[in-house]
Amino acid sequence: MIRRWFKSGDPWIWLIGGAVSISVIMVIGLLLMIGVRGLGHFWQPPIIGATVTIETSSGTQSRDILGTIRTVETVSAQSVREAGVAVPEGQNFVDRYLFKLGNRDLTGQDFEWFVADNLSEFRRPEDAIQLQRREWGDFFGYLEAVTQDGQIVAEGEAAFDALKERLKRANDIMREIYEIERFEIGGVNKKIEQQRLERRRVELSNTLSEEEKQIRYAEIEQAVAEFNAEYQVLFSELREVRERSERDALIARTADGRSVTIPLAQVVRATRANTMGVGDKLREYGSRFWEFLSEYPREANTEGGILPAIFGTVMMVMIMSIVVSPFGVLAAIYLREYAHQGPVTRMVRISVNNLAGVPSIVFGVFGLGFFVYFLGGNIDQLFYPEALPAPTFGSPGLIWASLTLALLTLPVVIVSTEEGLTRIPKAMREGSLALGATKSETLWKVIVPVSTPAMMTGLILAVARAAGEVAPLMLVGVVKLAPNLPVDGEFPYLHLERRIMHLGFHIYDVGFQSPNVEAGRPLVYATALVLVALILILNLTAIAIRNRLRERYKSESD
Amino acid sequence: MVNVNQNAGLDADRPRLNLNHEKITLETNGLNLYYGDTHALKNISMQIPSQRVTAFIGPSGCGKSTLLRCFNRMNDLVDSCRIEGEVKIDGEDIYNASVDVPELRRKVGMVFQKPNPFPKSIYDNIAYGLRLQGVKSKRTLDEVVERSLKRAALWDEVKDRLDDNAFGLSGGQQQRLVIARAIAIEPEVILLDEPCSALDPISTAKVEELIIDLKESYTIVIVTHNMQQAARVSDFTAYMYLGELIEYDDTAKLFTNPGEKATEDYITGRYG
Repeated sequence: MIRRWFKSGDPWIWLIGGAVSISVIMVIGLLLMIGVRGLGHFWQPPIIGATVTIETSSGTQSRDILGTIRTVETVSAQSVREAGVAVPEGQNFVDRYLFKLGNRDLTGQDFEWFVADNLSEFRRPEDAIQLQRREWGDFFGYLEAVTQDGQIVAEGEAAFDALKERLKRANDIMREIYEIERFEIGGVNKKIEQQRLERRRVELSNTLSEEEKQIRYAEIEQAVAEFNAEYQVLFSELREVRERSERDALIARTADGRSVTIPLAQVVRATRANTMGVGDKLREYGSRFWEFLSEYPREANTEGGILPAIFGTVMMVMIMSIVVSPFGVLAAIYLREYAHQGPVTRMVRISVNNLAGVPSIVFGVFGLGFFVYFLGGNIDQLFYPEALPAPTFGSPGLIWASLTLALLTLPVVIVSTEEGLTRIPKAMREGSLALGATKSETLWKVIVPVSTPAMMTGLILAVARAAGEVAPLMLVGVVKLAPNLPVDGEFPYLHLERRIMHLGFHIYDVGFQSPNVEAGRPLVYATALVLVALILILNLTAIAIRNRLRERYKSESD
Repeated sequence: MVNVNQNAGLDADRPRLNLNHEKITLETNGLNLYYGDTHALKNISMQIPSQRVTAFIGPSGCGKSTLLRCFNRMNDLVDSCRIEGEVKIDGEDIYNASVDVPELRRKVGMVFQKPNPFPKSIYDNIAYGLRLQGVKSKRTLDEVVERSLKRAALWDEVKDRLDDNAFGLSGGQQQRLVIARAIAIEPEVILLDEPCSALDPISTAKVEELIIDLKESYTIVIVTHNMQQAARVSDFTAYMYLGELIEYDDTAKLFTNPGEKATEDYITGRYG
């Protein structure tokens, strides 16, 4: 009976079906977990107040806390006792809460564990506020008053509305400060730096005579003096705007009764979570999510947005695609169409296939040694001698990261293009040749267009691999925090030598290298979600293009 | 087993095919072809008259397609292929080192067994050959496309969808498209390699009609498995067996009164 069942082949179908379902379930579970945790991060939770009562040998201590609940978990009483927390005898398990209490500037830590037995009087105070600050993380407390130049202008119920209104003004001023610092002062600094480089260039010049050099020096000094004056003007403007930003402040009381004054310039957003309806929360959610996608990171990447990482990843993948496609396609065409199919070609093909299996960090090491030090170093010697010893191209940067990835993904493109070329029916080639086409005419007018879908397949695989790669990038151009995007308004607009941020590395950095692991954890999921979504978008775009090409060049062989 | 006569077509008691009153376009003299060690064509000497339809018949593997492919040097694509003897077009040896092969192929068009349009629009398929020659003028191209499609009796069926992908056409239409593509570049000779073997009877009839029509302007050589087809469309027929030319004669004569026993066996279906 059993034997017959085995003979029928059914067990294999079950085995395969089971394996496929397990894989699918795992993938869906993974995406669900990343999605739920990543997207959940931007939802405003209620602010919970509670009283903590701890019995010690010297008596009962009690204090109030205020914050949001991050997690609740059940742990064995034993481990809690070992940690020095009193738990009644006879209890094997206890629940414990992880509270986000904020106020790192006052207490030194954002997060704290509490055993459920010690907590009582859970409440949701309506006047509790949560502030996102530019420094020191979140603040939790009760709003008391809003001040202007030290004078109270609103108190009690009216205070929150006044806060909202003045916060908008403060944020506008902060943006103004940012723009002055970044673009105007940054621009002047850049010009001064260019003059310094110009001076160095004159110094290194062999063609200019001593007198000419002196003349040039004088010109440069004059220019620098002008820029310095410009800088002074901007600086005083900046100081004036700074002063304006310091006008407003708020006074708040913390859960344990301390009174704190916080300048509004320090506050990014303020919420009174417990009075917000679903509509308010949705709006707040949208605003936070948009901030995450469109802002620069703050506080060692644990707050703010990931715009530079998104931008860096996309730029890198695009440059990689631009480099890898022509090289891969040409190599494949040569191997398939022109090279004599002998042992040498076979060796080359085997090597290419094996290249795909080389650990990516090895490519990183190669990229560092060859691209960064050798190529970059020589470019610096030849074209940027005035900036030495500071490297221009001789240090990790966008272009080297892209080239390393291009090398890494080259085999994928070559293999799929070759497969595409092999699949083209012989009759199609003969048809073209019979009309008097030469080999290269046949190749470029018939064969290559028809095999573009296969090339796109290779590119899709390459993009998917490249966007997710992290290890080699740490060596050749990706950093924890890049102050400037690789594209900006300054000539030459695309700065290939700049270091970039990368979503994959950002996940690693926030998750494992961050000083504040608890604060960073939700961002790990959110960033992972963005990375997955980005790869999905890149792939879907490529697949859409491929399908259009397939439609256009469809033939019976497909 | 049939008796293969070495003096194919030269039976003593029978006048040899007389082509004196015909203008000769294609000619082979002592043509031998080898694929590696295989001797695929053995000492073939024949003359193919201008503006006539000449058919090659014979069982599979007899070398008739190989012979056809000698006329436009398609065998060059096969690495191990080696040729001895002469193949002449209008008296010029096409295997001479000085011959420009693309130029030769423009003069000798070819249509294959399976329709092989390019995955382009109908218009671009026809215009392909002309564009290769550097013709850019839209008006010239339009004219040639229309004329070629009309010549191939396809114009009425496709004139409203010239920009559609050629693979949207039926098999028979595709084959006529390929013929139109071949005649668009005004060749002298058209080689047809089993052009109807992948087609249904109605499409076959149309293509045959077309072939008869085209012989006014072109020299046509057709390879076919279908003896009725050879009888219907051709003026002269050559029977080949195992790489040898067994008999070459007037079609009417060859089918009604074959000079060779082997030919008779084949056309009466007693072969194999």
